[in-house]
Amino acid sequence: MASVAIEPAQHGLVAHSDGPVVPVQTRDERPTSFDPADFGVPTGLEVNWRFAPLGRLAPLFEALPADDRPDDPAVVFEIIAPDGVVASPLARGTAPRGEIFRPEDLPSALAWQLCDDALHLTVPADAELADRVRVRMHGNGAHRRSNAHIVIEAKENSRATVVLGHTGSAQFAENVEIIVRDGAHLTVIAVQDWEDDAIHASLHQARVDRDASLKHIVVSIGGGVVRVNPTVRLAGAGSQGELFGLSFADAGQHLENQVFLHHEGPHTTGDVLYKGALQGESARTVWIGDVLIGHEAVGTNTYEANRNLVLTPGARADSIPNLEIETGQILGAGHASATGRFDDEQVFYLTSRGITEVEARRLVVRGFLNEIVQKIDDEELRSRLEAVIEEELAGEGLSGEGAARS
Amino acid sequence: MATLQITDLHVSVTTEQGERPILKGVTLTISSGETHAIMGPNGSGKSTLAYTIAGHPKYTVTSGAITFDGEDVLALSVDERARAGLFLAMQYPVEIPGVTVTNFLRTAKTSIAGEAPAIRGWSKEVKESMEALRMDPAFAQRNVNEGFSGGEKKRHEILQLELLKPTIAVLDETDSGLDVDALRIVADGVNRARENTGLGVMLITHYTRILNYIKPDFVHVFVDGRIAEQGGPELADRLEQEGYDRFLEPAKVE
Ligand SMILES: Nc1ncnc2c1ncn2[C@@H]1O[C@H](COP(=O)(O)OP(=O)(O)O)[C@@H](O)[C@H]1O
Ligand SMILES: [Mg+2]
Repeated sequence: MASVAIEPAQHGLVAHSDGPVVPVQTRDERPTSFDPADFGVPTGLEVNWRFAPLGRLAPLFEALPADDRPDDPAVVFEIIAPDGVVASPLARGTAPRGEIFRPEDLPSALAWQLCDDALHLTVPADAELADRVRVRMHGNGAHRRSNAHIVIEAKENSRATVVLGHTGSAQFAENVEIIVRDGAHLTVIAVQDWEDDAIHASLHQARVDRDASLKHIVVSIGGGVVRVNPTVRLAGAGSQGELFGLSFADAGQHLENQVFLHHEGPHTTGDVLYKGALQGESARTVWIGDVLIGHEAVGTNTYEANRNLVLTPGARADSIPNLEIETGQILGAGHASATGRFDDEQVFYLTSRGITEVEARRLVVRGFLNEIVQKIDDEELRSRLEAVIEEELAGEGLSGEGAARS
Repeated sequence: MATLQITDLHVSVTTEQGERPILKGVTLTISSGETHAIMGPNGSGKSTLAYTIAGHPKYTVTSGAITFDGEDVLALSVDERARAGLFLAMQYPVEIPGVTVTNFLRTAKTSIAGEAPAIRGWSKEVKESMEALRMDPAFAQRNVNEGFSGGEKKRHEILQLELLKPTIAVLDETDSGLDVDALRIVADGVNRARENTGLGVMLITHYTRILNYIKPDFVHVFVDGRIAEQGGPELADRLEQEGYDRFLEPAKVE
């Protein structure tokens, strides 16, 4: 971690381990490269593409520049930053862009190469921001490509919350590089609230340094295909990572998260919890969660879980938790995954108290997602989530299913 | 005066093997202010009767009728029945993760009353009812039935009975799993509702013990999906001594 690598010039797949790289085994050894050609177009056999709808994602496998037009960018960026935060462009080859980021699939390598000016947000050392930093990204068209790289750098002992919002529609390849320096406490909330025809592939990579913490929350509620893959390295001694996710997939939506939490330093703490609700024909969520406790990570305490609630037949949730432990001296490690069908007995109980069926379903779904919602310290987003749950469950489509009527 | 009238009710349950008849002609009338004990051995169909009145979707009425003040209960959805004034205290209340007791009670009261209760008065009413049922105030912030002990679940059911103020309540084995102290607290709650609102009660029980605290006006012996015998409180005393064997004999021959 001592050396700061700026975009290695060499091509060829780079693995973290020494020696020949043949079979990919631990999650840590997955190939990375800045050259899109090294990845080739996914076939669906790759471990990280197995569940993805490749046909629908195909536009993001093409090396296309942003479809920006005069006064009409494909994706408009609006940045609302409190005093003290610096927002500036960052060319490839300029630190800290690439300090920790290593593309690990084709769209992320393309976004790296095709985004000339990254957005660099710096929270100065010792700053404690009362207000959130907001980056509002709005897509101006479903067939318009955009490539982005965002670097969020929380300097030593700072404290801040950054909300990345996505609305409208686009074909969006996005990289988010998050550096949490010693003693800093950063919250990053990524909200995918796209129109139904958007496709979005996003790779977040974070490094958390000594005694620092990152709370990372992914909220996916809109979009055609939305794949947000966060990788968080708890590199510094005593660092903490909380990785939370909430998704609500409705008919035709594919929402995917591949989460990787790597305990590298000693005495690190990890908590991963993703919850997903699904409803409607071919609504689909995919969650792959990897936790790796490295050789040096003595005293690790970590837990990861994914829970899904399938509201209607025809929806499908895939959930794969993995836990790898390379040192024996840990405090605790566990993982859990559960996908349950909507429980008609719960609706019966509530309706038997006079509550309408629509309201009962809303209560149950809200209750299920509440564990994540209450971790979101952003009133604006919480009320948006309330509205989404309301909208999703108000639909006529539901009243027939499991209706408690004799 | 409101009346719940059950006439020659036949009910079957949907199982993996198909429809299975459970209730085989039940006729019973309960008016407000009256307390009817329904006593019978396990598996005789008591819960099926309770669930059918409430409208659980698993149970199908194959013939017969249920009316409430002349209105066809079977044509109402579950929530409409509750809003009409029927209440079921369940034998096995389910957990609702992430929904607090406070939120649940307020939502239910709002649904039944047709408008949100005034905040101040409502909070006070909830607090007082909880105190009367010896429920820890911390309970209000817990999720509905989640991690509740058997006794806590039953108190929570009676709490709802007191707050929602139905006209007729079906209590399905509210006594089971309660020690004597808890039984008395729960029975006091039911008796308060009887006095305050003129509640009509269908008290389903396997044992006579609860009848020492909630005095029935009528006792019905329920065997194999039918009422086998009915009478006054003295019938309960007889069951206490003789058990259900007398009623089970002919069922075996059948
Ligand atoms: N949901 C159900 N599925 C299958 N069988 C049921 C169901 N509910 C009740 N039964 C059967 O109906 C009979 C009566 O059950 P129940 O009404 O629960 O009796 P009780 O409450 O008197 O013990 C029992 O044989 C029971 O197994
Ligand atoms: Mg029963």
